[in-house]
Amino acid sequence: MFADALLVAAKDLRIEWRSRVTASQVVPFAFLVLVLFGFALDANRPVLDAATGGLFWIAVLFVAIVAVQRSTAIETTDGARRALLLAGVEPAAVFLGKTAAVALQLLVVEAVMVGGIVVLYDASIESIGLLAATCVVATVGIAAAGTLLGALVAGVRARETVLPILLLPVLAPVLIGATRAFDDALGTVAVDGWAWLGLLAGFGAINIVLGALAYGVLLEET
Amino acid sequence: MTAPAPAPSHTGSRTTRLLGIAVVVGVIALVLLGFFAAPEDDEQQDAVRMIFVHVPSALFTYIAFVTTAIGSVMWLLRRSVWWDTVAGAAAEIGVLFCGLTLFTGSVWGRPTWNTYWDWGDVRLVTTLILLLMMIGYLSVRSLGGDERATATRAAVIGVLAAVILPIVNRSVEWWENNTLHQKSSLTDGNLEDMTLFTIVVGLVVWGLFFAWSLIHRFRITWLERELRVSDLDLALRERRAEGHTEDGDS
Repeated sequence: MFADALLVAAKDLRIEWRSRVTASQVVPFAFLVLVLFGFALDANRPVLDAATGGLFWIAVLFVAIVAVQRSTAIETTDGARRALLLAGVEPAAVFLGKTAAVALQLLVVEAVMVGGIVVLYDASIESIGLLAATCVVATVGIAAAGTLLGALVAGVRARETVLPILLLPVLAPVLIGATRAFDDALGTVAVDGWAWLGLLAGFGAINIVLGALAYGVLLEET
Repeated sequence: MTAPAPAPSHTGSRTTRLLGIAVVVGVIALVLLGFFAAPEDDEQQDAVRMIFVHVPSALFTYIAFVTTAIGSVMWLLRRSVWWDTVAGAAAEIGVLFCGLTLFTGSVWGRPTWNTYWDWGDVRLVTTLILLLMMIGYLSVRSLGGDERATATRAAVIGVLAAVILPIVNRSVEWWENNTLHQKSSLTDGNLEDMTLFTIVVGLVVWGLFFAWSLIHRFRITWLERELRVSDLDLALRERRAEGHTEDGDS
């Protein structure tokens, strides 16, 4: 199953590499969101400093919606979903592969965005280990929930509007946990960031298990 | 061919009428008990009477969403239209109760906590997340299109939302330092007898209302589905009849 998952992930990443959508559209979009937050809050510098973690993860959620919509679109065009099923690939492998591909793209974007908050918001990183661990663990949860809900709305005509309505409330715990962990990593608020990392890991594990179980049903029936 | 059964003019029955009457009588009794029999609190004064609406609303929010989760699992396991209809009906009532819980909590919070809303309170925030997820659930149910696909989509969200239920329920114990909520008043034994009695009456009334509205929403949804199926059958029969007529003409 994991070999198939790797194949699916490589397929999605190859498509992204050839289309350059992440590099040419998603990264600039993420950067633009950070700049807009800066325009909105720069007049009140202490507020911008205190809100950096939250703004970073709100921007990540916006980017995640775009990334999930791209990932879903790959399978909905030209009947690729049916082709995947006919190829005999286990749905759980498809889910894990697509989750990995979305997670990797998001991590690349987040790496650029960390540079963005350091330069634009003058953020100082107190704990690079906590920051990196938060990015990885939170992003896996975001990618898993996004891939599951992306498949859920794949056959819906209004999927562009339905996906955010479904995905953002589901990702709210990630926003809370990752923001608190970032507050610790950036030294803006005295909280135990590693404890919040546990919540993020639990969220990711639940979504991976649910996604692996439900993805087959969604692929076949929606 | 037998003639189709006449469409019912309403979704009521003897049982639901009795239930409805019991709800009305119960609400009147609850108002009288809540305002005149139950004593005011030493600290919160009259604001404590909000407990008679807030606690039953919160409890039946859980019951409604657990019902939705069970219905969702049954759809995924058995493709049971009956359970899917129960899940949808329970979700609608759950959203109503959840909204009522947040509203009464806010109104109660103003005199006791000096604020309508506190973003640091885990139970408030997790309850709001639950409400938003279930609104998403209802949005998916209203998308239309293929009924099996819609039921499957909704069922997955119903199960996903159920994951957050224990977090909402246990949040006060798990994050003691991040909540303004107190631990359960019902189990700590500090309530006055008449207050406890009125809360129990509130729970019974809310239970009856939940049953009454669940039955009616179930019947309406079921009849709407029957109507869609019979309309389709009728349209097919008409097209076939047209085909026979054209064959006869030619």
